[in-house]
Formats: sequence, structure tokens, C-alpha cells
Amino acid sequence: MATRDEIKFLSNPKIGGQRKKYCRFKKFGIRHIDYKDPDFLLQFINDQGKILPRRITGNSLKYQKKVAIAIKRARHLSLLPYVADLLK
Amino acid sequence: MRQYEVTFIVDPVLSGDEIKKTAKTYSDMISKEGGKIINEDNLGLKQLAYPINKRSSGIYYCVEYQVETGEMIERMELAFRRDERIMRFLTVHLDKYGVKYNEDKRNGLIGTKKKNDKDEVKPDPSKKPPYKDKKAKPRAAAPVAPATPPTPAPVAAAAPAVAATETVKAPEPTPVANVSSEEE
Repeated sequence: MATRDEIKFLSNPKIGGQRKKYCRFKKFGIRHIDYKDPDFLLQFINDQGKILPRRITGNSLKYQKKVAIAIKRARHLSLLPYVADLLK
Repeated sequence: MRQYEVTFIVDPVLSGDEIKKTAKTYSDMISKEGGKIINEDNLGLKQLAYPINKRSSGIYYCVEYQVETGEMIERMELAFRRDERIMRFLTVHLDKYGVKYNEDKRNGLIGTKKKNDKDEVKPDPSKKPPYKDKKAKPRAAAPVAPATPPTPAPVAAAAPAVAATETVKAPEPTPVANVSSEEE
């Protein structure tokens, strides 16, 4: 039987395949999310300043909750905007 | 002992001395109430994300302290509210991870790098292994699982009446590409 190495594909079969999402906090062992670090939190909000859902960020529930809290604290301290336009 | 962290924004219009004096009033207040100051940090002048009291920038201070009970926090927050020099404040209770994070940050283990810090932050050897193990197991299992199906597949092709599950697979092997994808 032909193994995968022997088959010549016209295009790279890996192109277009969805990469598995993962929780970066679990993967890298980050236990605490600092609300004073707006640059880091910027990765979890969209350009309107809204918190991105887990479905997009891939965070686990536990850390998504912590991210949401950290973002809300940062907003209170005016480190992140409540409403924005073209934030990124 | 509970560890707290208070962050407040001081009006930037004040002179340098006044700003320092404001910060000192509150650190004095903490120690007077029987708290122990762990760290006092001036984060400097920052642009605000939205205007507060018609100011577009502010001087951020962050004080980390330990107190026996949280009673004094109420008194301190009242003082913050009454103080015109303070634009915003936030008191937060730190859990053990928060305490460790701040300690690491002070010791320079966590850089103030912008985007790569999430990769390098906290090597945390004590906490990491469980996650690594979890990841390692499926990877070790993955090569084993595909290895077994190819062997029954030819058998099924030779003797079609082996098992119901095999027979379902058996008719497909004719296109070459399909076989390879199954092996994967």
C-alpha cells in the first residue's frame, strides 16, 4: 500500500487545516493575570474594546473568567477603554 | 495576614513634591493602621484610555501591603474618595499566585517585555509538569493507535466477514489517497 510519503499531492495538504486552539494560560503555566498590563490584555479584546469570547481566544473557562476580571479592572483604572473604535 | 494591592491615579497637574506627598500619605496610613508595606511602586505618568475629570493623563501608584484584617480598607477608600488629588483607585486582594507574580516581577523574572512575555513569563517548574504530562500522553498514544488499524485492514480485505466494523472500512481501500488518510 502506498504510504503518505509516496503520494505526491498537488498542493500542501496541511494548508487550510485548522490549527487546534489551546489555552495559553494552561499551556505556559500562567497562574495570575495582571490587570496593570494592558498590552497583554489587548490580546483578549477586539478593536471596539469588547472582550473576545472563549470560542475565539481558546481560553479555558477558569482563565477566561480571570481574563474578564482583569480587563474590567484595567478599564476602571483607565488602562483600557470601555468603548473604543479602531483600538488596534 | 491577607495581602492587598492598591493602585491609584494621582492628578498630574500637581507639582512633583505634592504627588510624592500624596503617595506618602497613603503609605503612612497603611503602616499607621498596622499594615506592613511589601512594595511601593511608582508606575509613572501614563496616558489614560479615556478622560477622567477632564484630564487625559495620570500618575499611577501601586502599593502592596499586608494587614491582619480588611477593616482599614474601608477607611482608606473613604479617604481616597474625599481626596481631590486622587482620580481613581482600586484595591484588590491578592491570592497566592498574585503574591508570587508580584514577587517574580520585582525580582525581574517577569520582564516588562510587550508581547513575548506570555511565552517566557513564569517558567514555574513546580506547576508546569502536570500540563506537560497531559500533553505528552496523547502524543505518545497517537502513533500507537494508527499503527494498529493498518494490520487488521488487509486481513479484513482478505476475509471480509471478520468484524462488522472492519467490513465498513474494507470497501474503501481502493482509492490510494483514502487509504493514506486513514493511516494518518
